[in-house]
Amino acid sequence: MFETLIRRTPSAAVAALAAVTLGAAAPAPSVTPHTVIQAAASAVTVTIGNFTFGPEVATVPVGTTVTWVNGDDIPHTVVAVDKSFKSKVLDTDDKFSFTFTKPGTYDYFCSIHPHMTGKVVVKGP
Amino acid sequence: MDHAPHRRRFLECMGWAGTGLLWTAGGGVMSSITLDQAAAATKKTGVKPFSFLQVSDSHIGFTKDPNPDARATFREAVAKINAMANKPDFIIHTGDITQLSKPQEFDDADQILREAGLPVFHVPGEHDMLDEANGQAYLDRYGKGTLGDGWYSFDHNGVHFVGLINVKALKAGGMGSFGQPQLQWLKADLAGRSSSTPIVIFTHVPMWTIYEQWGWGTDDAAQALAMLSRFGSVTVLNGHIHQVLQKVEGNVAFHTARSTAFPQPAPGQGPAPGPLKVPAGDLRGALGVRTVSLVRGQSALAVVDANLVA
Repeated sequence: MFETLIRRTPSAAVAALAAVTLGAAAPAPSVTPHTVIQAAASAVTVTIGNFTFGPEVATVPVGTTVTWVNGDDIPHTVVAVDKSFKSKVLDTDDKFSFTFTKPGTYDYFCSIHPHMTGKVVVKGP
Repeated sequence: MDHAPHRRRFLECMGWAGTGLLWTAGGGVMSSITLDQAAAATKKTGVKPFSFLQVSDSHIGFTKDPNPDARATFREAVAKINAMANKPDFIIHTGDITQLSKPQEFDDADQILREAGLPVFHVPGEHDMLDEANGQAYLDRYGKGTLGDGWYSFDHNGVHFVGLINVKALKAGGMGSFGQPQLQWLKADLAGRSSSTPIVIFTHVPMWTIYEQWGWGTDDAAQALAMLSRFGSVTVLNGHIHQVLQKVEGNVAFHTARSTAFPQPAPGQGPAPGPLKVPAGDLRGALGVRTVSLVRGQSALAVVDANLVA
């Protein structure tokens, strides 16, 4: 259902939703219910800054596309420990997206700076 | 060379006139002496000093604060080498040649280093492993005659040099890592050597844990150091942290080198590693190269680090 929603959303709206972080979306006091569902279900941004993933743990519904954005002035990567996803090297402001279609816990790290670790927890429908 | 087990060798530093500090370690305690004293010691032994040079972390392709042109500062470092009165025998580059492992970055780094007209020995940094094939670009370029992921050793004037790789196939939550195949090879490589052979290990990430939270260490370094403990003189040269830090542990002296591109914060100073945004006027004071030379018959160990300020 959520996958269908995001595919039909105009690209401008997707871009706007992508800017809504999980942290900002969770309380969601001032946006419409419709937007909240889409934001929570379809697009979450993880920002890389100061050699950390923020949020370090992102809990999302199945079908969510997570986008990592490198805000550091040093390149980073996003690599799943189970190898289910792997970004190219992300220079400053580069992005990588992955859509999680199966529930589970996905541990990932920066293969260049392996002390940088994060997790995406995908909840089933 | 002399294989007498009691005989100690020492690595001595010869900087270009007027720059740098000379560090010596006698009995594991570091102290500084002047270059004149070092020169006098050289005369006393009657052995022509053999020296080599270490450069590190040139990050060719880096264009951000505090250094808009890492190529230019690398060129300045090479100009320093060319201005030296006593030519080193060769150059060791301890990794992060490039910023993003792009062919043009490797090309430019090679071209600049060639201006020194000296043989160059490489080990990769994590920034040199960023091509699609996880380091194949580095190996294609510099891996001839190396083993595994690019490790190798060679001998020069009685000193055994070992280039190790600790930036490949890193594990989540860990620091630098050599991996078992490389450690097995190191064991075999060292096996037949006299304990009086001076050993120089060069690798990118420090082999002592400087700051674990920033990944400034090598997870399985202890296994390598155990193999090295029987040798009377072991010098470990690395880059990665873009600042000069030194430590002596038994017969092993650890030296981290400056970058030629940008400094990084002192361990734990600030929220994260990364480029330290120093004022433009201070940049060259924080960049530099290192000279190491060996003179026989002395029981001291030293290196000289010099910055890029004239």
